[in-house]
Order: sequence, then C-alpha cells, then structure tokens
Amino acid sequence: MGINALLASAEGSNSILIPAIPDLLWGTVSFLILAVLFSKYVLPRFNKVLEERADKIEGGLAKAQAAQEKAQETLSQYTNQLSQARTEASGIRAAADEEKRVIVEGARKEAEEKAQATLKRMAEQIDAEKAQAVVTLQKDVGSLALELASKVVGESLKDDSRARAVIDQYITDLERQAKEAGR
Amino acid sequence: MLGLGNFLPLSGAEGEGGFHAPSTEEFFPGGLLFIGTPYEMSRINLIMVLMTFVIVFFFISAFARTRFVPAKLQNMGEIALDFVRINIAEEVMGHEGRKYAPYLATLFFMLLGFNITGVIPGLQISGTSVIAVPLILAFTSWVIFNVQGIRHHGVVQYFKMNLFPPGVPAPIYLLVTPIEAVSTFILRPMTLTIRLLANMMAGHLLLVLFFSATSALLFDGQGFLKIFGLAAYAMGFAFTLFEVLVAFLQAYIFTLLTAVYISGATADEH
Repeated sequence: MGINALLASAEGSNSILIPAIPDLLWGTVSFLILAVLFSKYVLPRFNKVLEERADKIEGGLAKAQAAQEKAQETLSQYTNQLSQARTEASGIRAAADEEKRVIVEGARKEAEEKAQATLKRMAEQIDAEKAQAVVTLQKDVGSLALELASKVVGESLKDDSRARAVIDQYITDLERQAKEAGR
Repeated sequence: MLGLGNFLPLSGAEGEGGFHAPSTEEFFPGGLLFIGTPYEMSRINLIMVLMTFVIVFFFISAFARTRFVPAKLQNMGEIALDFVRINIAEEVMGHEGRKYAPYLATLFFMLLGFNITGVIPGLQISGTSVIAVPLILAFTSWVIFNVQGIRHHGVVQYFKMNLFPPGVPAPIYLLVTPIEAVSTFILRPMTLTIRLLANMMAGHLLLVLFFSATSALLFDGQGFLKIFGLAAYAMGFAFTLFEVLVAFLQAYIFTLLTAVYISGATADEH
C-alpha cells in the first residue's frame, strides 16, 4: 500500500487521510464526554482525596511532633527537679555536717571544761584537806612530841613558852626535812 | 437501518470463503445506525461510544465513594491517574503539570481505550484507526499548547521565541525560521496524527491478514498447507499481544509529546 494507493483511494469516495463527518462527530462527542468527566468529576475528586490524605498525614505528624515536644518538656522538667533535689540534698548534707561538727566541738569543749573544773575542785579539796591535815598533825604532833619529850626528859617543862619554842623548832625542822626528802 | 453484514469484524470474511487480502476498506465499514443522517453511526463509531461509556463507568464507579484507604476499584483508578499525573505531567512539567492533568488524563485514557478495542474480541478495530480521532486530539493539543504559550509569553514574544531561536547568527534565520515554523506549527500536529493512525491501521491490517490467512489455510488449504494455517494463527496471536503493547505505547507517546509541547511553549527559557 504505497502513497499511490493512498492517492488513488483519495480520488474515490474513501480516503484514509480525509476524516469522515460521522467519525469526526462521534469522536468529538466522545472526547467532550471524557473531557468533562476528567476535568469536572474525576480529577477534582481525586485531588480532594489526595488533599484529605495529605491533611491526615500532616495532622498525624503534627500530633506526633506535639507529643514528642511534650515528652521532651516533661523530661527536662524531671531532670530539673532531680538536679534541684540533688543540690538540696547535698546542701542539707553539708549543713548537717556543719551542725555535727559544731555539736561535737561544743560537747568536747563542755567536757573539757567540766573535766577542768572537776580537776580544779579536786585540787582545791585536796589542798584544803592537806591544810587541815597539816593543822591537825601540827596540833597532834605537838602534843604528842611534848608528851613524849616530857617522858623522855623526865621533867615537866613548866615553862610553856619555852616548850612552845622547842616544839616550833622541832616542827620547822620536820618540815624542812620533809621538803628535802620530797625533792 | 441495520446492515447485518457490517457486524462481521472482517470484511475479508464476507462472501463465499477463500482468501481475501485486507484493504483500507477495513476502515470504512459503512453505516449501521441512523443511516443517511450526518450522525450516521458505523461499527467503528459504535465502538467509540461504547468505549467512552466504559471509561465513564469505570472512573465514576472508582471515584463515586472515595475513601481514605482506597478500595480495589478506587485503588486501580488512583494508580491509573497517578501514571498520567506523575509519570507524564509532573515528569515533563514539574509542579506546573497538575494544571494540565485533566486534559492529559482525557487524552491518555481516551487513546488507551480507543486503541485497545483493536484487540478486544468482537470489537476488533481501534477507534483510533480512522483519521478523525487522532486528528481531533492532535488539533486539540495543538490549540492548547499554542494558546498556553501565547498566554504565557504574549503573542509577539511567543512567535519570536519559536521562529527566531536566540543564539543564531542573523543570516541563518533565513534557513531556521521557515524550518521552525513548519516543524512547530504544522508538523507537530501532523506527526501526532499520522504516527498514531499508521500504527493502529497497520496493527489492524496485520491481525486481519494473519487471521484470514489462518482461516483460508486451515479450511480451504490442502494437506500440509493446514500446518501453515496453524503458524499463521500463532503469528496472529503473537501480534495480538504486541498490539496490546502498541495500544498502550501509542497512548503514552501521544500524551507525553503533548505534555512536552505544552511545557516547551510555556517554558521561561528556550
């Protein structure tokens, strides 16, 4: 079927290159029906479906984003609270340590003072007792020595003043001896 | 009003049997309905209208009750539309392509539906194998790309852009301008029309040839000639499958080229 055949048939009633009126008519009708279908019905509906789908997906994404943000916020809140609590705890611990130190210090001081006072009082008591003992001893030793001396000498030493002097002399000697022995 | 002989898909099958080579008379089947009126309907016209209603029915049932999660039919419709909307319109024109999606979808599904009737048993001739249909669509595409180009650039700028492409030395315009004028404004719609028409006609003639040969060889052939009848049948079967591919491919090419022409006409840089 060459170009000659086409031209030959073009000379007749039917040419494949010349559109027939009914073909044009029905082709146009079909085209118009389909054009209206796609532009007025199918694509608007399809676009609506796509938009709805995109909206839903975007909505879901936004929701997830919000949830994540909230979780992040809560987490940072908790972290904050935790670190606050930690600071507080360490503060309390430090304060307690300080207090403990003060208390221990105070107790020690008090105990020391008490001990000091006790020692002092005891020393004073000892001194007093010692003094008392010395006085007692002086008196007793004096009379004992006098008695002893009277017996030894065989005579009563009438002269009190002389006797007193002798006794005093004696005691002084005793004291000196005791001191020397103590050293 | 009704010519019974015209119901038979193959004019070659008319008459007393034997082999009749198919001719271009295949594409002039004669009137069936409304004979004698301007809207006389041939078998091919009937097929066009039938296919139009099949497409309308399919898309209306697919999108009548749209759901967020598409049901089977809606899913098929969405996949089909996405092919045009994304693989053709957006691929060629980017985001701008959505504007032309309704026209491109009309084009693609009309062409696909009309092409595929060539291999549907009982119909067996493409709605696009008469020049009127490719011509209507090519003319529409031609009008659309020119109108959109003029709208986008203005008349002067549009023709200047097309006829005097920049970066060419002035004397060369003597050569370039006529070529550009013919190629853009005359050859584009012509090639769209003839590419499709020739493919559909050739496909139909091949199928008629193989199947009438099958018939002639099997029923009228003697002895081993019947074997050739089987071979002819196998070829006819293979070409039927091939025609399915061609139907799809030609619809795709026509739509894609239309998108390319619109894109070129409305592009800011040449």
